[in-house]
Amino acid sequence: MQYVVEAKDLLKKYGDFVAVNRISFAVLPGECFGILGPNGAGKTTTVRMVYAFSPLTGGSLSVFGLDITKEWRRIKSRIGVCQQENSLDPDLTVLENLEVFARYFDIPKKEARDKALEMLNFFALDSRKDAQVTELSGGMMRRLVLARALINKPDLLILDEPTTGLDPQSRHQVWERLEELRANGISVLLTTHYMEEASQLCDRLIIIDQGLILEEGKPEGLIQKHVGRDVIEVAWPTQELRSYIQSGNLAHEDLGHRLVIYCDKRDDLYLKITKDFCKAGCIMRMATLEDVFLKLTGRELRE
Amino acid sequence: MKFLSKMNVSRRFLRVWQRNLRVYRKGWKVIFLPPFLEPLFYLLAFGIGLSGLVGSLRYQGMEMSYVRFIAPALIAVSMMNNSFFETTYASFVRMYYQKTFDAMMATPLCLEEVITGEIVWGATKSIVAAVIMLAVISVFGLIQYPDGLLILPVAFLGGLAFGSIGMFFTGIVKNIEMFNLPVFLFVTPMFLLSGTFFPLENFPRWSQHIALIFPLTHLVNLTRDFCLGRIGPKALWGLGYLFLFSLFFFPLAVRTMRRRLIK
Repeated sequence: MQYVVEAKDLLKKYGDFVAVNRISFAVLPGECFGILGPNGAGKTTTVRMVYAFSPLTGGSLSVFGLDITKEWRRIKSRIGVCQQENSLDPDLTVLENLEVFARYFDIPKKEARDKALEMLNFFALDSRKDAQVTELSGGMMRRLVLARALINKPDLLILDEPTTGLDPQSRHQVWERLEELRANGISVLLTTHYMEEASQLCDRLIIIDQGLILEEGKPEGLIQKHVGRDVIEVAWPTQELRSYIQSGNLAHEDLGHRLVIYCDKRDDLYLKITKDFCKAGCIMRMATLEDVFLKLTGRELRE
Repeated sequence: MKFLSKMNVSRRFLRVWQRNLRVYRKGWKVIFLPPFLEPLFYLLAFGIGLSGLVGSLRYQGMEMSYVRFIAPALIAVSMMNNSFFETTYASFVRMYYQKTFDAMMATPLCLEEVITGEIVWGATKSIVAAVIMLAVISVFGLIQYPDGLLILPVAFLGGLAFGSIGMFFTGIVKNIEMFNLPVFLFVTPMFLLSGTFFPLENFPRWSQHIALIFPLTHLVNLTRDFCLGRIGPKALWGLGYLFLFSLFFFPLAVRTMRRRLIK
């Protein structure tokens, strides 16, 4: 089977600083592949290499089976990119943004206009087609960036933190559109630090930190492997509870004012804790990808 | 052309040029005004104001009115300003604030094509300015035709020269305020000392040689000779200098921009 993206020992250095440290991963056709990591982990650097923006320092990278160092132009013509920073053209209207962008792909004028209108319709922006980009809300701008990324009917869509800074309504709208696109078979490479987004969209993902892959797998699999099914959280735990947990050899994390216990189908444990150790401030919930993420990358602030 | 394809530049650079043209056409009424009014202001000030003091002068053995002398220089200065300010301030805004280049480089375009498109656009603006000024100045009967039409290809070459060095500065300045330096140390001295407002012949020999380093000196000489209908083999020196100047600064501009943008 041919991979959409195949990175082997991918290395990126800036002087002495190693941003991406010989990582290997592969994206399958039609799959949504996530790259998760805290700020500065190397997510953006990695995807920038995939869309031939940044040259590799070492390793190899092929996209659609083509070598990125040689066939970058053919590769780039089949990719759609949604960059992290807003790069919409403020000198142009909404529709013009799409038309002009289509011309960068050498799409003929007539076709460019038709495709632009189709995309505006798909992203519910047709009523704003003559607006200046600067008049749009954050959510609309992001939808326009997505529309622009799709103007060349890409086989691979690269999304670098596509919903950062959006309100929940806008975020869900973006997710809905992405799911529709996925149903049509497009492959997606996504970076995010929203775990909810990763769980909802990604078939498979890697968690990276300091340029290294910490873990790789399906979201549910990773949760099961690292956390279990449930999490019990206790606010302001007592010393007795701490000793009890430690003596029971239960997987947990002690944050001082809060105790996080990872467990699998342990309703009995939850009942015991609420009965014997705390009256209030104790909850049991489903484990999430965020638990995995924090467990693997730690809780210290980044940057 | 081989030189361009070696640098990864395909005809796709025209897409970048077209983007700038499209934006330009949206605001042409406003953008049109400066090159239209500028010569009028200058001719008013120098033609009526200074001419009374200077009267006429001798330029390479030719007796002419002061207005006839400076009118071509105004066109040359406008060529310089339009291309240089396009690839400095305007390109910097597109690159740094608007992230336009980043967006372009996520398409099949490459950095070399973006930079080429910008510089050729700067040269195009130089032609546009020359056309408008030529039209205005012609009304006063200060240009000899058809020779005067040769100013248009000269405007393109001059635009490439100043566009390239402008883009080179854009590649190295830390922030937009730093453009004050090349403007103050490069553009302003040239504006005053390139034989624009007085014949270089009146200067000491050594300073005439120094003035020949300035690309504007050559652009002014070419424009003036073509306006006055004095085309001769001497023009080849000026054309050659501007060509070499472009050939030197164009790859340098690409190199500094590459260092700046490709991470």
